[in-house]
Amino acid sequence: MPDLLLLSIFAPLAAALLLLVPAPLAVRKFIAGVGFVIPALIALYLWSQFNPTGGASYHFVSRYDTGLKDTLGITLYLGLNGIALPLFVLAGVVGLAAGLYAIQSKAERLPLYLGLLLIMQAGLMGVFASMDVFFFYFFHELALIPTFIMVGVWGGRDRGYAAMKLTIYLTLGAMLSLIGLIAIYQQSGAETFDLLALRQEVAHGSLAAGNQKTIFGLLMVGFGILVSLFPFHTWAPLGYGAAPSSAAMLHAGVLKKFGLYGLIQIALPLLPEGVGHWVGWLALLAVGGNVLYIGFVTIAQRDLKQMIGYSSVMHMGYAFLGIAAYNTTGLGGVVLMMVAHGLSVALLFLLSTSVYHRTQTFDMDDMGGLAQKAPVLAAFFVTATMASIGLPGLANFWGELAIFVGAWKFSAAYTTLAVSGVIISAVYGLRSVARVFFGPVTPAFAKVSAEKAPTDLAWGEKVPALLLLVALLAIGFWPKSLSTPVDTAITATFRK
Amino acid sequence: MTIDQLQAAAANNLWAAITPEITLGVLALLLLVLEMLLPKARHVVIPTCAIAGQLGILAALAFNFTATPYLDRDTFNGLLHHSRDGQYLRAFFLVSSILVSILGVVALAKQKMPRVEFFHIVLVVTAAMMLLAQSANFVLLFVALETITVGFYILVSYTRSNPLSLEAGLKYLVLGALSSAILLFGIVLLYGVAGNPNSLGSTASPMSYAGVRQFLEANPGNFLASVGIVFVLAGIAFKIGAVPFQIWIPDVYQGAPTPVTAFLAVASKAAGFAVLISLLPVFHSYAGLVTVVLSIMAGATILFGNLAALTQHNVKRLLGLSGISHAGYLLMGVVAAQTVPQAVGAIYFYLFAYLLASFAVFAVMTHVAGENDAEQDLDHYTDFAKKHPYLAGVLAVGLGSLAGIPPLAGFMGKLMVFIAAFKAGLYPLLAIAIVGVVLSIYYYFGWIKAAFFSTWRPPLASGETEPAEIAATPIGFSAGLALGVLAAGSVVFGFFQGPIAAWLLAR
Repeated sequence: MPDLLLLSIFAPLAAALLLLVPAPLAVRKFIAGVGFVIPALIALYLWSQFNPTGGASYHFVSRYDTGLKDTLGITLYLGLNGIALPLFVLAGVVGLAAGLYAIQSKAERLPLYLGLLLIMQAGLMGVFASMDVFFFYFFHELALIPTFIMVGVWGGRDRGYAAMKLTIYLTLGAMLSLIGLIAIYQQSGAETFDLLALRQEVAHGSLAAGNQKTIFGLLMVGFGILVSLFPFHTWAPLGYGAAPSSAAMLHAGVLKKFGLYGLIQIALPLLPEGVGHWVGWLALLAVGGNVLYIGFVTIAQRDLKQMIGYSSVMHMGYAFLGIAAYNTTGLGGVVLMMVAHGLSVALLFLLSTSVYHRTQTFDMDDMGGLAQKAPVLAAFFVTATMASIGLPGLANFWGELAIFVGAWKFSAAYTTLAVSGVIISAVYGLRSVARVFFGPVTPAFAKVSAEKAPTDLAWGEKVPALLLLVALLAIGFWPKSLSTPVDTAITATFRK
Repeated sequence: MTIDQLQAAAANNLWAAITPEITLGVLALLLLVLEMLLPKARHVVIPTCAIAGQLGILAALAFNFTATPYLDRDTFNGLLHHSRDGQYLRAFFLVSSILVSILGVVALAKQKMPRVEFFHIVLVVTAAMMLLAQSANFVLLFVALETITVGFYILVSYTRSNPLSLEAGLKYLVLGALSSAILLFGIVLLYGVAGNPNSLGSTASPMSYAGVRQFLEANPGNFLASVGIVFVLAGIAFKIGAVPFQIWIPDVYQGAPTPVTAFLAVASKAAGFAVLISLLPVFHSYAGLVTVVLSIMAGATILFGNLAALTQHNVKRLLGLSGISHAGYLLMGVVAAQTVPQAVGAIYFYLFAYLLASFAVFAVMTHVAGENDAEQDLDHYTDFAKKHPYLAGVLAVGLGSLAGIPPLAGFMGKLMVFIAAFKAGLYPLLAIAIVGVVLSIYYYFGWIKAAFFSTWRPPLASGETEPAEIAATPIGFSAGLALGVLAAGSVVFGFFQGPIAAWLLAR
């Protein structure tokens, strides 16, 4: 059997290269489509082949030497365990949705735009398929660079400033995490970036507790910046507000989960003695900063896209709380929530751009009554908002529930505060739905719709939106399909 | 000295061991002969001859890369020591001189300057660099270094109708002479103490690396020797542009013709590091002193280079200042190399990645440059991506690699140096380096922004005309090929370092 994991990384890259060849636009669109479909199909196929109770060990493993095996202990080492699998599937599905949405969009210089998205897609598949810490970082950066360029070239308001801020913040976060990862490599004495070998080495106690404390601090801040941990979050709403929709979908939906994934898959298992020192701070920042403070900031937003950006920052607070809880229930919940949030936030970004095309503005004060003209769009948007709030029956509910249950054992006070955050989500979520879709038509919107009557969702927009919505519902009604491999993997990794 | 001794000495002069250098010299002379013989209309073939000749030498070198019988041997009575690193550096300098020649063809076409001498001097300087990298004796070190420096005096002020170029040449001359004097002073001090028959462990060959090393090992903490070492390091620091000997860089880089700037930035810097690395074992018994001096330099260099580059708008000055910061990262590698042998391999890989990236950027600049190539601002790159997508793509890859962004080769170089520094426990320096990398994103990315993102420009007031645009030179075949190879190299070596990295790092 060909190495499907490697193929899932190289198919989008190859498609991106092929786009350089001059060809009619339709042909190029088709090539790009193939580049997005292949990884998604591979992800779904591997999910079907994955034995749910065998989540603890890595499957579909393969290993390649890129020239640094003997000298630096770096190999391209691919495989999926129960924690990586859900995120790999997430990357495939959201990538396909973002790709399809981009293909039907009318972006300038479309082939270049698609090419950059494909490179991003390759990086995303690589991040979650890597068992080598170095390549895990490498693929993250591979996906990050196109984001900067896409924000800068195809972005909306303030794109120059947003792109620059995004770049500097995320580079800082990436550099800090890189140093943390090198520190693990060096201090553990393993002299390898192979995750399994590192785990074995650390299990023998080769990392002193003091070192673990420092390194975890580095990784917490480094990864934290990448996941918009308060107070390093300011890049996120600005960046997402300016980013073109497909880039925002891929970044907020998938790439941002890199930091959380790194904490769960790498930092927590390798630095068990460093965690305890930092959980207090992490929980404080997560609940006080991300959930409550940013929650209130979100309520105050007028710009639809910025509001979604802020809400995504807020939801990361739950994820950090689950990590701070540091028990199997909480961590399992974080992984589930990462997937659910990835799907729902990608859907919201997609729909908000569709709203923009009909209202010509992101300012919610100038919208109103869109549901009369575009009922399907409204239905999608309401469902996505419900998912984001955490309504049962949609995927997010299970993730948040598990996090709260896990966090209760850690701190009842923080959990109570965090649960009250759900009310905040409901306030801004429902208010935004009301302002955009219902109520009287505002004069501004009446003027826009008089010029060009808004239509309902076209098929090009419906298909990617449906894809995400079906995934949200599927996980919502059948969470076990994901939670079993996650739980087995987490239980095995954090067994004490 | 008896005739037998002379014969023995002569027998040690294995001229065949320096065939590449000699061939380069002959090729350089051949160019001058061709100039005299060929009618003026045919002079265009001379650069082609130069490039073809160098490619031939490179091919021969590659063919004999490990097969050469002189590997790990001294020749010329210990003046030269041939090693695998030496072979690597020979190839490195040849590749840079080939690229400089290609850029020279493009750049000189815009000037009314004599053509042939340019290539002649580049070849001679390259030969001197190759000797310098393999030198095992302070006399040869100085002679080779002076050959390089004198060659650069001419090259820097080559466009003599341009006052900026002349100013650059003068600055380089004055400061270069000063640094040569400092270096020579250091060498003389070492020679004096090591050769003094009254001092403990004095040596009969106080100019050779081995002799000095022997003496230093026997005399740890000798004051005069310490002063000598510091002076030698200072002299070399000038060549690599390390703080506090960096003041010449922005002006000289700006004034010099762009291909020469590239030559200075890449080959001259690499030569400095080659010397520094070959001197490390010599100064080994004074490692404490060397570490302190180089660490302070490295930290200051990284910070200065990056901070000073932040506000630059002239791209040549910007590259010069950012080049200073690269020297800082490399110096950190040199400090690490005292305890971690792998660091040497990391430095060489870094230099290789730096060569690919820098020449890509300089090649683009050469194409963008007008008649006066000292004035090239970020503003000239407005809408660059729309007008010249190929050049813009190469520029983006080059700048990305310089900034150390994965998946480009520059990132791998930085990673290797950082890992080496980590192994050597240089935590404060690493922290400074991280700050430097984040700062550097701002200006590299600012350049990419200028080239790719369409920016808002104020509407023209009445009477104002559109700012004169510089039309990029059409891309010729060899330059286009070189651009493509450089960009592809940065990408490929980012993903797959392959045997090169394995070979360099295995020590």
